[in-house]
This record gives sequence, C-alpha cells and structure tokens, in this order.
Amino acid sequence: MSIPLPHFLVVGALLFALGLVTVATRRNAVGVLMGVELILNGANVNFVAFERYVGGGVSGQVFALFVIVLAAAEAAVGLAIVLAVFQLSRSIDVRQADLLRE
Amino acid sequence: MNALNVRTLAAWAAGSALVVVFLAGMYALAVAPAARDGLAAGPGGFGLPELLFYLLSAVTLAGAAAVAFVRNILHSAVGLLAALLGAGSLYVLLSADFVAVTQLLVYVGGVLVLVLFAVMLTSRITEVTVSNRSFGLFGGLLLLVAAAPVLVTVALVTPWPAAPPGPLAPSTAAIGDGLLTRWLLPFEVASLILLATLVGAVAIARKELKSDD
Repeated sequence: MSIPLPHFLVVGALLFALGLVTVATRRNAVGVLMGVELILNGANVNFVAFERYVGGGVSGQVFALFVIVLAAAEAAVGLAIVLAVFQLSRSIDVRQADLLRE
Repeated sequence: MNALNVRTLAAWAAGSALVVVFLAGMYALAVAPAARDGLAAGPGGFGLPELLFYLLSAVTLAGAAAVAFVRNILHSAVGLLAALLGAGSLYVLLSADFVAVTQLLVYVGGVLVLVLFAVMLTSRITEVTVSNRSFGLFGGLLLLVAAAPVLVTVALVTPWPAAPPGPLAPSTAAIGDGLLTRWLLPFEVASLILLATLVGAVAIARKELKSDD
C-alpha cells in the first residue's frame, strides 16, 4: 500500500470540480442535486484520506459518516422540494423556479 | 447523424479524454518517478493496490464526468451510481471499511433510488433534449478548466505532513466507541435532524388536500 496521499486528494479535487460544473451548468433541479452529491463525496474522500495519512484515529471517518447522513437528509428534502415545484409548475427547470421573486 | 448524436458523442469523447488525461498525468507525475526511484511497493514496483486504485479512480471520475456532461438525465443517474460506487471502494483502500459500507447502504441504496424516483416522477425523460438541458458544454468545460487545475496543483504541490500509513485494519469498533462517547451529542443531533427531515419531506412532497371552505 504505497499510494501517496496527493493521489487521493487529486481524486477528491476532481470530484469536487466536476460537481461544481454540474451545479453551475445544469438546468434540471435533479441534476443540480446530483452535483451536490458529487461535491460532498469529494469532500468525504479528502476527510478519510487525511485521517489515514495525517491525522490518525477515527475522527475523519466519523466526520465522513456525519456528512453522509446530512447528504441523505439534504437529498430527501431537496427532492421533496423538487416534486412540490413540479406539481406547481409542471417543470423543474431551475431558471423558471422564481416564484418567490414576485 | 443528427445534431443531438453529435453532441452526445462530443460529451462522451470529452469524458473519456478527461479520464485518459488524468491517467496519463498520474503516470507521468507519480508512477514513473516512483518506479525509477524504487519507492513503489512490491517486487514489480506497481502492485495490485496501485492498479486497483487507478482503475477505481478512473471509474469514479468517468461517472462524475457523465453526471456533469451527459445530456440524458437517466444516464447521469447511472454515472452517479458509478461515481458513488467508485468513491466507496476508495474508502476500502483507505482502510475505512465502515464508511465504505455506509456509503453503499445510504448513497447507493437510498439516495440514488430517491434520485431515480425523482427523475422518473418529474422529467419527461423520453424527450432527451428537454430532460437535461444545460447552459452548454462550452461553459461547463470552461469552469472545469478554471477550477480543476488549481485544486489539483494545490493537492500535488503542498508538502503535506503525511506519515506512511499502517496496515489495513478494521475501524468499526473504534467508530462505535467514538459515536457513544466523544461524538455522542452530534450523533443524537444527527438522529434529530433525520427525524425532522423525514417529517419535513413528507409534509412538502404530499399533495395538498382541498379543504371545503
């Protein structure tokens, strides 16, 4: 096992960058939520990698677990909001979901 | 071949080009110098864990690229499946077995099914151009080119105080100990958040009943 730490960090960074691109460019609200999942996964890879190579103990893994739990909660509420918006306007284009502006 | 097929092909070509560039860069930056200096583990200099790591990161990043660039939202969900599975297997390589299993159960078993349900319930998935329009491949690639090199350079250049890791060992017992002692309060707050989420999601997503007033 001699995979250096930066390799894991690069994977996490690329996951984060791709998630950022997804969040910024998607117009489908479900697609935007998928991008958020990618970003959280990139952060999680960094947490676990730093814990194994630098920190020691299990703090990083516990933090990753809490991130997973909160991501599940975020996905449930987010998708419920998407369904509610869809019932309201028959569209989940994030550029058309500007009801609160008026 | 119509314009849509050309766009799909371009997205797939961009994704595979990204993976190829990543693998080539990894080889040039790390594997080749390590093999030259004799730092790599194993008699071959490039053992099974390294091979697995590069394969799994390629799967992860290919899935993430599919999420970002594929036009059909259903294909994006399949890409998300690949990305989540790949990240979970990276946790195994990092000696985080419990986190890996949790990733499998919560993300792949729960969140992904939820996402698939939302896709099926909301978008007109037969109309591919409607279901997953984006602001354009050009803008997305521009943002990627702006963000990824900075993060990758920071990850590679910074002198992290990294110690050589110990052998792979199960960590579930230590995590259980920690959750019931040091992280007891966050653990309980997380349960409370999950309960509130459950109630809130049902309250938001259910259809409003018409009241007779």
